[in-house]
Amino acid sequence: MSALLEVEDLRVAYGKIEAVKGISFSVQQGEVVTLIGTNGAGKTTTLRTLSGLLKPLSGKITFDGKPLTGVPAHKIVAMGLAHSPEGRRIFPRLSIAENLQLGAFLRKDTAGIEKDIQRAYDLFPILGERRKQAAGTLSGGEQQMLAMGRALMSQPKLLMLDEPSMGLSPIMMQKIMATIVELKSQGTTILLVEQNAQAALSLADHGHVMEVGTVVLSGTGQDLLHDESVRKAYLGED
Amino acid sequence: MNTLPQQLANGLFLGSMYGLIAIGYTMVYGIVQLINFAHGEIFMTGGFGALTVYLYVLPNGTSMWIALPAMLIGGGIVSVLIAVGAERFAYRPLRGAPRLAPLITAIGLSLALQQVVFNWYPDAKNDLKFPQLPFGPVHIGSVSIQSGSVFVIIAAPLCMAALALFVSLSRTGRAMQATAQDPDTAQLMGIDTNRIIVIAFAIGGFFAAVAAVSYGLRYGTVKYDMGFQMGLKAFTAAVLGGIGNIYGAMIGGLVLGLAETMATSYIDGIPGMQQLGGGGWSAVWAFVLLILVLLFRPQGLIGERVADRA
Repeated sequence: MSALLEVEDLRVAYGKIEAVKGISFSVQQGEVVTLIGTNGAGKTTTLRTLSGLLKPLSGKITFDGKPLTGVPAHKIVAMGLAHSPEGRRIFPRLSIAENLQLGAFLRKDTAGIEKDIQRAYDLFPILGERRKQAAGTLSGGEQQMLAMGRALMSQPKLLMLDEPSMGLSPIMMQKIMATIVELKSQGTTILLVEQNAQAALSLADHGHVMEVGTVVLSGTGQDLLHDESVRKAYLGED
Repeated sequence: MNTLPQQLANGLFLGSMYGLIAIGYTMVYGIVQLINFAHGEIFMTGGFGALTVYLYVLPNGTSMWIALPAMLIGGGIVSVLIAVGAERFAYRPLRGAPRLAPLITAIGLSLALQQVVFNWYPDAKNDLKFPQLPFGPVHIGSVSIQSGSVFVIIAAPLCMAALALFVSLSRTGRAMQATAQDPDTAQLMGIDTNRIIVIAFAIGGFFAAVAAVSYGLRYGTVKYDMGFQMGLKAFTAAVLGGIGNIYGAMIGGLVLGLAETMATSYIDGIPGMQQLGGGGWSAVWAFVLLILVLLFRPQGLIGERVADRA
């Protein structure tokens, strides 16, 4: 069975500085794959390249059987790849409902959109309570919920989440991680980028450890969670 | 004739015209953070486009009631094409370049457009007579409104209301707001931000053409350099209201128009300031107002707070 997403020897540079130096990995239908690693490892760059915001130097990206390289960002969403960006990036001066509607920008099925907005409110009740409020007034965790809900509104085949736990309180972080588990159980395919390696690996089917632009280690979530070098480098153990 | 209500009416007329032009500055700035200094010339070419329709397209002696819509369409087409062309061929290739590059390009484009009209439009060295609406001044109490002012006082609120509805209710309008707030993330929603940028330039161009027709009807002439001071004042109005905010542009325009009119007619009545009245000082008072706003309220009268991006 061919993978939903196949990345082969991807290289990305900012000017002359190469941030991603030839990485390869794949994501199968229905699984959660995580990229972990420290700041500057190239995780966010990888996601931004997959969603078309950055142009790769070289390499091959195949999504759902079609090449992604050279496709502009706004057309990649239409192919079924949604990206919840680092730092949440909700539209602060639009209401929560409007943010969710923008997530469904390319869809024409008004009734289906309404149903999915309701589903987002069911998933995150706080969003439903504040639907008319400007999104900029939400707390960090609530904004993260909104960013995830918004990404889901495009009914993606693959959901990419960049640092969903960044800057959140431990309780809020648990909530977000629980939501990812719930989405996974509903069959959503997820590519998760996280600095919180413990949380990410414990729910991922596969993981890849990135260091300065390369993948240094790959395995199942459980294998990596118990790998000695991973424990030392990322889980804070001696 | 220099009663207070009369001056208020004059100020409203002038302010509406500033507001219409200011929309073009503010929409473009709001979406691509570019001060399009060629916008004054986009305004000017709209006036020449409208005049061209009247002089060279319509048969001689066409009634102004038929000519006016045709002139608006003609002027609108010229301004929109120039605005969109400038975006496509001058500004888009420079997106991602240092801010100074598109700014200098805009200034260059502004001079180029002036020179093209100056050198190539028949008799452009002189003030060119603009056709007038066929009715005399309208009197409301002690206030007399010239026929040329009647047009803008009707057209400006209509344009603004249409724009407000479009931006807040239509799908494209919402995409526009999203692009202004975060262009990268807007793309992630599936919004073609290049298309949104073109639409912003086009709306600004059309509004500038409406302002140019107003200008021609009100002052009776158009000239190749009419965009310079009008553009600068309208830019001031956009900053005054809070650049990036379309309601701010209109309010900034009205405030500027009123302040300028009041200052030129009343300041010389203040003891010790007799020398400072009259039309020659209008630009001075406009910029004094701008400096005051920038000192005490740099985000503009109803500008957006910048710190709300979490």
